[in-house]
Amino acid sequence: MERKTERRVYLDHAATTPVLPEVLETMLPYLREVYGNPQSLHSWGDEAREGIEKARGQVATLIGGNPEEIIFTSSGSEANNLAIKGLAQAQAEKGKHIIVSAIEHFSVLQAARTMEKAGFEITLLPVDKYGLIDPDEVAKNIRKDTILVSIMHANGEIGTIQPIAEIAKKIKEAGVLFHTDAVASTGNIPVNLKEMGVDALSLAGDQFYGPKGSGALWIRKGLRLIPLMDGGVQEGGRRPGTENVPAIVGLGRAAELAKSDMHPRMRKLSYLRDRLIKGILTTIDHTILTGHPSQRLPHHASFCIEFIEGEAMLMLLNSQGIAASSGSACTSRALKASHVLIAMGLPHEVAQGSLLFAMGVSNTEDDVDYALEKLPPIVNRLRQMSPLYAKFIKEQRR
Amino acid sequence: MPIYNQKVMDHFMNPRNVGEISNPDGVGEVGNPICGDMMTFYIKVKDNHLDDVKFQTFGCGAAIAVSSMVSEMAKGKTLEEALTITPSLVAKELEGLPKNKYHCSNLGAQALRKAIRDYAKKKGVKIEGLEEKGEEDEEGKEN
Repeated sequence: MERKTERRVYLDHAATTPVLPEVLETMLPYLREVYGNPQSLHSWGDEAREGIEKARGQVATLIGGNPEEIIFTSSGSEANNLAIKGLAQAQAEKGKHIIVSAIEHFSVLQAARTMEKAGFEITLLPVDKYGLIDPDEVAKNIRKDTILVSIMHANGEIGTIQPIAEIAKKIKEAGVLFHTDAVASTGNIPVNLKEMGVDALSLAGDQFYGPKGSGALWIRKGLRLIPLMDGGVQEGGRRPGTENVPAIVGLGRAAELAKSDMHPRMRKLSYLRDRLIKGILTTIDHTILTGHPSQRLPHHASFCIEFIEGEAMLMLLNSQGIAASSGSACTSRALKASHVLIAMGLPHEVAQGSLLFAMGVSNTEDDVDYALEKLPPIVNRLRQMSPLYAKFIKEQRR
Repeated sequence: MPIYNQKVMDHFMNPRNVGEISNPDGVGEVGNPICGDMMTFYIKVKDNHLDDVKFQTFGCGAAIAVSSMVSEMAKGKTLEEALTITPSLVAKELEGLPKNKYHCSNLGAQALRKAIRDYAKKKGVKIEGLEEKGEEDEEGKEN
């Protein structure tokens, strides 16, 4: 896309985050001299294995789990697939009913659809206008043959954080397994397995300043899991394939930094977020904050701007050097509006105006103010050419 | 790599003929919000020529560029000539559109045709090329 300015402001940290310099430094030796296969018995292998086991401990510490319960994967999507398919298949003799929410990431939704084709039954749980799931609704949908519930911790499109502990209580009472996709939340807000009460949890490094191609599934000790792939003994045989050592050590370091910097980061980001939200809602009329007003990720500000379409906004923002994202139909390869916004009850034409900013640790107040300066004229320009806006103005005049 | 070429970007960044014509001779509306793109074309006719063409578009970059291009192609043409503008001609003039944008966003030619049909209906005139394609065909193409 065309860019007319020199200034660049990245406000798309929900898509992915940059790798922190400290993380890169930790990774570099594993791309250079520490190249051994962690399964090898010589000292080259020992060094690589040491790196992986250190990372396992760092990730476990971040979420309050045991290192031996961590399975490294290639991404959050893989962790979600492994959890849904692996747990469902392992539990198939007990029952074939799976519950997921309507606003899950596609890696959960599509994995559930695959299990449906394999003879499982799927229930999609509705959400309210903030994208929240009602714990009682979860309980109501649990049946005798329900074997697995998967509900995300936080949603990457609307930022809403679910009451996971409350939901877990209901699921525990029924003796059903509970997986949570914590890809959007882990490393950004406290994730504490003991408080949450889940049986499995997915996370991804590139959501909190670790490298792309790094992810993990935490799964409670003793639970059976059918692997997605057949092969070697890596990750206890649950995830075969030679380990991506640089990515894993990067994920570990990112987890350690996230743990130590969590609260200062959250304070800074929620300040920037609130400044952006307030600024947009006060300067642009007919704009809706999507997701929950307070129960939301600290770096996440998402909106629907009425009468205009998201892709056009992204292109004009990009021409000013600003990166954002949108859940409009036009920005998706499938040309469908975000299933999350539709599940929240937003009409299609409103969902088309979806616009999402996600701040990161290197953003400044200046960056937010730059976006606040550039966005209103862009919205105005697109509204001036929108037939929906013209109709709205005419109806108002009547 | 950018998803749109320079020509499309030019029409998106600097769209020609945006707006509404007061007392238009014909109006054509296409699209639906589920698909994502909606376009309204307004025409002013003088001596069987498109004296003025304006549009309003709700949609993505491609939809805006397509509308702008159609308005530019149509302006000054006779009504018969304007009816020969097809979505593929528009895409050609724009030097190509991304594959997934071709159908959903390339509605400008249909909107223009609808505006001309509206004009013919109001005036009770027959225009060569207008009835060659049925209304259903055009609606079908929107999806």
